[in-house]
Amino acid sequence: MSGKPRLTYLNGRGRMEPVRWLLAAAGVEFEEIFLETREQYEKLIKDGVLMFQQVPLVEIDGMKMVQTRAILSYIAGKYNLYGKDLKERALIDMYVEGITDLMQMILMFPFSPPEAKEKNIDSIKERATNRYFPVFEKALKQHGQDFLVGNKFSWADVQLIEAILAVEEKIPAVLSGFPQLQAFKKRMSNMPTIKKFLQPGSPRKPPPDECYVETVLKVFKK
Amino acid sequence: MAGKPKLYYFDGRGKMESIRWLLAAAGVEFEEEFLETREQYEKLLQGGSLLFQQVPMVEIDGMKMVQTRAILSYIAAKYNLYGKDLKERALIDMYVGGTDDLMGFILMFPFLSAEDKEKQRAFIVEKATSRYFPAYEKVLKDHGQDFLVGNNFSWADVHLLEAILMVEEKKSDVLSGFPQLQAFKARISSIPSIKKFLQPGSQRKPVPDDKYVETVRRVLRMYHDMKAN
Repeated sequence: MSGKPRLTYLNGRGRMEPVRWLLAAAGVEFEEIFLETREQYEKLIKDGVLMFQQVPLVEIDGMKMVQTRAILSYIAGKYNLYGKDLKERALIDMYVEGITDLMQMILMFPFSPPEAKEKNIDSIKERATNRYFPVFEKALKQHGQDFLVGNKFSWADVQLIEAILAVEEKIPAVLSGFPQLQAFKKRMSNMPTIKKFLQPGSPRKPPPDECYVETVLKVFKK
Repeated sequence: MAGKPKLYYFDGRGKMESIRWLLAAAGVEFEEEFLETREQYEKLLQGGSLLFQQVPMVEIDGMKMVQTRAILSYIAAKYNLYGKDLKERALIDMYVGGTDDLMGFILMFPFLSAEDKEKQRAFIVEKATSRYFPAYEKVLKDHGQDFLVGNNFSWADVHLLEAILMVEEKKSDVLSGFPQLQAFKARISSIPSIKKFLQPGSQRKPVPDDKYVETVRRVLRMYHDMKAN
């Protein structure tokens, strides 16, 4: 028996957080190994388990999967969070990719120099409110359904709630002006698996702090 | 009737090139509309055709698709280039993720200063020969099959060939030391639809030049200050 999926990453959000969100939303329990030292990372490389010498690594169903997007697509496909046909999958992919672009800005934020941080917050706010949130506000308004795609809970919904919460951590009032997204946020937060993930003691990781940034630089220093 | 897919992008490689490769490999004819002016781009924006205000955009099967990866996944699945089950799809996604990262280093190359270009060229070659090519060399060596996944031609093969040729344009002998990849390159290049795409007169775009860079910067009003990795 293959057992629970096992995640190998740092003890922090980074590129693994969407994977934690998606597994949790699907109601799937998982184990985690946290990289804390350069030596641990070098051992993983030496053991040949990282196809491109990078984490995230997720051991699932006998595979040692790398590449965040590949991992997320597999989980979505396996747990029926990827729509009912090719066209719904296409729409979910489009939405997820857009949200990922926004999340990329948040991902890089802790690593930007102090003098750039205010400008970067402004950029995140600009993109969120002018490019990304309007798309999902409009989609929800147009079909009037509870979920983004096909009137059914999918990967796109999980990715969007994660992004909304992450942006709100930087810009608390960012959803003012987006009533559909406010309602969406509430609905998603109340879904049992997500509600559980949002409670203290879940595998959800806190916002990155200086200690996390230090660990990243230490483990992956070139 | 659905009609041919229509691609909206600049007259150059950029993020659209992988889509041209995949459609061509699948034997699918397509039309192209080239962005040359800011006004064209603004017209597309105002018309609401660009979901996130960005190109590539591909009109296909009644959808206006954006986001390169979404477009490629749709094409791969539609034309049976995405493996036979979830696990093969997972492998293809992993492999494509790697070649995508590698080609990403090349994507920004034309926008760099002359000095940064030399730095980036060295970076590309180093990553190709120490991280990416060894991974695919091993995959091919371990199973001894003609194709990367499931003994069947897939999106992963098309993407890897595209990446190999792009890196070779930066350093022509980069495949020395990778016998499996040399054989792979010869095999995949001789698949009829790909052979056709590699011939002059196809819709394959040339290495980006200064004119391309100038057009992108002018139309998007971006990418004026790119740095090497």
